[in-house]
Amino acid sequence: MRVLESVELEQKFQDKIDKEIKIEPNDWMPDAYRKTLIRQMSQHAHSEVVGMLPEANWITRAPNLRRKAVLLAKVQDEAGHGLYLYSATETLGADREATIDDLHSGKAKYSSIFNYPAVSWADIGAIGWLVDGAAIMNQVALCRCSYGPYARAMVKICKEESFHQRQGYELLTTLANGSPEQKQLAQEALNRFWWPALMMFGPNDDESPNSAQSMKWKIKRLSNDELRQNFIDATVPQAELIGLKVPDPNLKWNEETGHYDFSPINWDEFWQVVGGNGPCNKQRVDARRKAKENGLWVREAAMAFAEKRASRKSA
Amino acid sequence: MSTNEWPLWEVFIRSKQGLNHKHVGSLRAADSTMALDNARDVYTRRSEGISIWVVESNYVHANDPADADAYFEPSDTKIFRHPTFYEVHEGIKHM
Repeated sequence: MRVLESVELEQKFQDKIDKEIKIEPNDWMPDAYRKTLIRQMSQHAHSEVVGMLPEANWITRAPNLRRKAVLLAKVQDEAGHGLYLYSATETLGADREATIDDLHSGKAKYSSIFNYPAVSWADIGAIGWLVDGAAIMNQVALCRCSYGPYARAMVKICKEESFHQRQGYELLTTLANGSPEQKQLAQEALNRFWWPALMMFGPNDDESPNSAQSMKWKIKRLSNDELRQNFIDATVPQAELIGLKVPDPNLKWNEETGHYDFSPINWDEFWQVVGGNGPCNKQRVDARRKAKENGLWVREAAMAFAEKRASRKSA
Repeated sequence: MSTNEWPLWEVFIRSKQGLNHKHVGSLRAADSTMALDNARDVYTRRSEGISIWVVESNYVHANDPADADAYFEPSDTKIFRHPTFYEVHEGIKHM
């Protein structure tokens, strides 16, 4: 009887998904759907928060006040994005602090792009243009995700991200139009971030075993390779327009497919970085862990203050 | 896990004068003052609002979505509550 019930419930659930009816927090959902979402959404939240670190590093060294104000606003947005996503994850019954502790213990991952350092000011441009650009490609598809709170958070995030990408492209355009040394800086930043940005979409489709289920549940709408190709097709002309060269000798427009052909990706590097051996993995997680530990007294003091104020009111 | 977790708050924002407050999301804060300040910083960075309500999530009560069909049935079956249920002679105006 119980087995029958769960089969029926699962069928009803899939019917809703097939009819494009959104799933909301208290609706029945299969455990695996809930688990998949908690994992994906919390890791997405971690990525937003860890993503602040390479950029925050440059706030004090921005070349002028305009760039500094822009970078501050961008980093503040990323904190906000992390928060929308942690809140949305909580609607699934996940414990926010526990998901954060999973990041600190290494159990939960975040986008491996943030394990690369931003070594020059031009990297701030490349991060906005390529990293946020790749993230937008992914997130626009997630706006139609079957889980309501995730989809709604994505709509808000996408609206905000487009400024991130534009400010990065504008920054690199300025450098590319500057002195030969400045143009060189811009080119080097593109060289550093091109391949890691392509890796952001994840393994090739035939190496991505969980994708099929996520597609069936409409958590995922486009495959890793589709998204990656869309990103390349959109980005290559943008590089050409500002006179920068994409670091791929095999990159070529294919008239027949209507897409760019490109070299195979170095997946060894990808798995090394995912596995913890990227240039900054340890530094990033240490920074997050320290932030939580060092902020403990602030959280406790705020709670004590709130209790004191409440008791005064009631007295 | 933190021993002293801040409570969860639901955030409602009035986007402009004349419109109702609308749920936009949630956040954690130690008290209502902090919840309001955080809601301003998190949900209104681009002039999305002119007024914010925060309500501790514990105080929100909801119907059970599993029983939604039966729960809302009385309203779905009374089509005579809609003006289109009634036949009106052609030529009748202002009705």
